[in-house]
Amino acid sequence: MTAALRFDPIRLPPKCEALRKEVRAFLAEEIAGGTFNPFKPNREDIDVPEFCRKVGERGWIGMTWPKKYGGHERSFLERYVVTEEMRVANAPTRRFFVADRQSGPILLKYAPEHIKMDILPRICRGELCFAIGMSEPNSGSDLFAAKTRATRTDGGYLVNGTKIWTSSAHIADYMIALFRTSPPTKENRRHGLTQFLVKMKQPGIQVNPIGQITGQFEFNEVVFTDYFVPDDHLLGEIDGAWKQATSELAYERSGPERFLETYYVLTELVRAVGDKPDTRSAEGIGRLVAQLHTMRRMSVSVAGMLQAGKEPVVEASIVKDIGTVWEQQLPHRVRDLAAFVEETATNRETLERQLDFAIKTAPKLTIQGGTTEVLRGIIARGLGLR
Amino acid sequence: MAESENIVVATAEKIFADLADAQTINHDKKGAWKAPLWNALSEAGLPLSWVDEELGGSGANLADGFAVLGAAGRFAIAVPLAETMLAGWLLSQARIASPEGEMTVAPATPKDRITVNADGTLSGRARGVPFAKEAKHIAALASGANGMSIALVKADDVRIEPGLNLANDHNDIVSFDKVRPVAAKPAPKGFDQTTLMLMGGVVRSLQIAGALESMLDISVRYSNERVAFEKKISKFQAVQHNLARLAGESAAALAAATSAADAIASVPSFNDDAVFLEAASAKIRCSEAAEKGGGIAHQVHGAIGFTIEHILHRYSLRALAWRDDFGSESYWAVELGKRVAARGADELWPLVASR
Repeated sequence: MTAALRFDPIRLPPKCEALRKEVRAFLAEEIAGGTFNPFKPNREDIDVPEFCRKVGERGWIGMTWPKKYGGHERSFLERYVVTEEMRVANAPTRRFFVADRQSGPILLKYAPEHIKMDILPRICRGELCFAIGMSEPNSGSDLFAAKTRATRTDGGYLVNGTKIWTSSAHIADYMIALFRTSPPTKENRRHGLTQFLVKMKQPGIQVNPIGQITGQFEFNEVVFTDYFVPDDHLLGEIDGAWKQATSELAYERSGPERFLETYYVLTELVRAVGDKPDTRSAEGIGRLVAQLHTMRRMSVSVAGMLQAGKEPVVEASIVKDIGTVWEQQLPHRVRDLAAFVEETATNRETLERQLDFAIKTAPKLTIQGGTTEVLRGIIARGLGLR
Repeated sequence: MAESENIVVATAEKIFADLADAQTINHDKKGAWKAPLWNALSEAGLPLSWVDEELGGSGANLADGFAVLGAAGRFAIAVPLAETMLAGWLLSQARIASPEGEMTVAPATPKDRITVNADGTLSGRARGVPFAKEAKHIAALASGANGMSIALVKADDVRIEPGLNLANDHNDIVSFDKVRPVAAKPAPKGFDQTTLMLMGGVVRSLQIAGALESMLDISVRYSNERVAFEKKISKFQAVQHNLARLAGESAAALAAATSAADAIASVPSFNDDAVFLEAASAKIRCSEAAEKGGGIAHQVHGAIGFTIEHILHRYSLRALAWRDDFGSESYWAVELGKRVAARGADELWPLVASR
């Protein structure tokens, strides 16, 4: 018997709905006040530090973390609601989201106490931006191939090598990076990688921007030349980062940000067709909404499992696989249906502009955060095929 | 199959495992399996799960009944268990007692209409009525001058033109030629044909999701047994990725169907956009999954899965056939799309997020 996949119909508790209203009101206010423009998705508004500080003030960063470190000890489901409302409103969360989702939890688990006390409260206040240093030139998803070396020296390590495809490195205050501290062994190809906390904007680090086909500059190449990392910036076990990295994946892979990145085109299509759509548009919209609803139910279900302390690695991978394929196809399906939108639709230009951007964004969606191929390999392992 | 902790579901699973083994049924050309299976289900009170005790049923709650249907899907059960449960549920809406024996429901497609004449007889034609030929009674939803009625009709009193669905299960045309029902009462306020179609659609969604779980299970098992080019086909990356996609479709179907069932079991009204979203989405997404997932299961099995000897078709063809009952995915997609458009663009996300 195959391991049964469970997706119980978890419902968000009432306090989540109260929080949702609060988040919506906040976002409406910020949009009205001009802090960001939801109709210019991710273009001019990649980096809005002022917005991050306001989100921090509301207590919506580090929501599940201990109060001692500036967190709010709220549930994973409450955090879920905040994430999806931010995503749907196209809010500029890039600056704090990586720290909130991944870097903070890693520090909580593996950093020495004085570092936690120093950094985590600042993340919660929305003051810090993190980058993730995993991929390297010619290695991509194949993390075992990482070559950037951290060599032992007095009181720490000297780092030499290059990370690439590093989102937000140009604005980041810190990076959590995977460096090679030993060669892999014959028995274990995963051996020899260690996680470090890297302070950016220091001597020995050069950040080179890489343009994207969307016109944005979000990726970077990060070159380390005799960069010094002190001993207390080592995170967790020496040579054992692989184990550490994989246990976090369920958090990274099943959230609402994994199917809502191009959602805005669906709203605009519904707006453009008006309240009495033709049959073809109605059917197209109906199918897309049914697919969206289903994915969200799956994603909430995984959030419920995480809240219950489980590690639903396979279920989370399924949500990311289906979710990213969906958000990738969405602009193309909307484009299909947009052919029938009346010339007079009030938002026609907005729809077209957003479609252009979403279609250019689409190719990255099944690559970032674990490619479809890697995810399907994880699912296959869960099915007992590998 | 996973042993269920729920006593009602565990009873059903035990009966299915003992008397509805797919391999045995597939080899039994004479249908000798049918009577013992139906008798065992009846003795356990499962066909009338959703009927109160005072109306002749066993009074299980909606959630338990839905879970039984998921299990029935996993075994691709081909006796009118789901239909009888649905018929009993429909009759109960008007407090009409359920008779013993197999039942089915009419209409089973959204566009068919049955009408109540001035003299109380019923007229109309319903296509695609599952298992009508094997039913003793039909629970009918009809519209008349005084609104919607629910009626119990003897199968002997209607004209049945036999037909078969993709899986060779009965799927018949039922004509009501001024038929006098055994009992007829007004439907509750707000209960209309959409209500019946939504409930029927969720029943089929659960069955499709169950069938997909089994297709995933037997496909994974087969890929670990079958050797080609000197290795198990499960070791080929292309096969692994196909099975991962099948797992995704199976999971999506299960999530959508169980979420819709949970919505119906916990929200008292069908006249609620959120319940409509859940039920319509389940039928749409499960039907899509039946097509995609069933296709992959066949691809993994190769030629053997295309034979009548192999059990795969018991699941794949039924899952495909169930798409057409109580509104196809394109029917519900149009209805859902219209509702979403009528609510307006800015109400779409609040609707999705309300579940």
